[in-house]
Amino acid sequence: MGTEELKKTPLYGNHLKYGGRIIDFAGWALPVQFRSIIEEHHQVRRAAGLFDVSDMGELDIRGPQALELLQYALTNDMSTMAVNQVRYSPMCDQRGGVVDDLLVYRLGENRYFVVINAGNIEKDYSWVKELAGRFPGANVDNVSAQVAELALQGPNSEAILGRLTRTDLSAIRYYWCLQDVDVAGVKCMVSRTGYTGEDGFEIFCSPEEAPGLWDTLLEEGDEQGLWPCGLGCRDTLRFEATMPLYGQEMDDDTTPLEAGLGKYVKFDKGDFVGREPLLEEKRTGLRKKLAGLEMVGRGIARTGYPVLKDGGKVGYVTTGSYSPTLDRNLALAFVPPGLAEVGTEVQVEIRGRGVDARVVRTPFYRRREK
Amino acid sequence: MMYPKEFRYAKTHEWAKVEGDLARVGITNYAQEHLGDIVFVELPEVGRQVKQGEAFGVVESVKAVSDCYAPVSGEVVEINDTLADKPETLNQDPHGEGWMVVIRMSDPAELNNLMDVAAYEKHCEEEAH
Repeated sequence: MGTEELKKTPLYGNHLKYGGRIIDFAGWALPVQFRSIIEEHHQVRRAAGLFDVSDMGELDIRGPQALELLQYALTNDMSTMAVNQVRYSPMCDQRGGVVDDLLVYRLGENRYFVVINAGNIEKDYSWVKELAGRFPGANVDNVSAQVAELALQGPNSEAILGRLTRTDLSAIRYYWCLQDVDVAGVKCMVSRTGYTGEDGFEIFCSPEEAPGLWDTLLEEGDEQGLWPCGLGCRDTLRFEATMPLYGQEMDDDTTPLEAGLGKYVKFDKGDFVGREPLLEEKRTGLRKKLAGLEMVGRGIARTGYPVLKDGGKVGYVTTGSYSPTLDRNLALAFVPPGLAEVGTEVQVEIRGRGVDARVVRTPFYRRREK
Repeated sequence: MMYPKEFRYAKTHEWAKVEGDLARVGITNYAQEHLGDIVFVELPEVGRQVKQGEAFGVVESVKAVSDCYAPVSGEVVEINDTLADKPETLNQDPHGEGWMVVIRMSDPAELNNLMDVAAYEKHCEEEAH
């Protein structure tokens, strides 16, 4: 496999050293697995896993109108965030389609840090820059190349990271962050966030420091079962936790309401891009709705497979997989709202045959709170 | 893992083990490693006629769906039912317990189109680069 032409994160050398199987991941050379997707998946649920997510993009938005810009660009309400708080939001276009879904970190009075999907960096940056034209007091910079990001996920994450810092990590609550945390001598921003359904942290540092930090974390975390993990299990973990993936559960032709993200759309916060079409859709009803499916018959639903009712195509699968934790074949699919009720029987077309499936409750997996 | 010397191998990474006029068929260690964790196997019905090079079954890993091609033509006379509940057998023992089907060969001369172990190992090396 030629990886010469692919973009590489600062941790590429580490992945080779740890035996990662490198694949083309939306133009990035990243490890899909180190040992096995299923073993790594279980390890994250049971102990801890370390992921390289440095391909993610980051925008720095600051200035007296930074908040105004975010309020206009995003569907969620950012006005009630405290400094060091983190908030998830879809970002829509004028039609209400999703441009991206992202995390906003409030780092100061007029300073925000926005984490965006790797495949959308250029698109998002030019979109936000365009919107910023209306807000001369907001400055937008694409700082993606200046930031590395590691995700430490799993129940042992706090204990592992705690060995490397004097900062009291228990003080960082879910969806909050701390800046200027010294982790093994490296200055980091640490947030209690993640994409696996487990407790964990996302750690941001300079690209130069990332390789050393990766090694230190794995050495220190070894006793508590910390493994390097690939993007294969990242996908199965987020899927079980029913966290949406841009490009699968949502895209430019899907609204956040359809993708089940209605609680992140705040119609009462004032004007924002996409507000009118989304309100209209709320009034007139959804065109399609994301539903969780469990395969009843033998087969694994995959992205793009048709969903059938009474022999006719009524929808399509956005993500489907074997679920290692639940040991069942599950899927997320867009169906007409009338077929999204739990218990509804449908079929998924697999290699020309309709295979029985049933709408089930989501999230598929929820961790037990401590 | 060693590749058995008595097997014949297809370019598409299936093996055939000749047992009289029968051929026991599976996928190779290279194939299972390449696929990763196998979570689903779909086999043909007993009695189905297959042609050399024709897809006879499907193997799915966590990330990929992959066809398996018949290394020889003939009738499927036996299938490995245990793979339905234990697809991981294909990862654990691809050349043994992980066999997939037994085909009664209609043209044993087709075996000459397959590779011996040395040629197959060379083929894997070339594919890996």
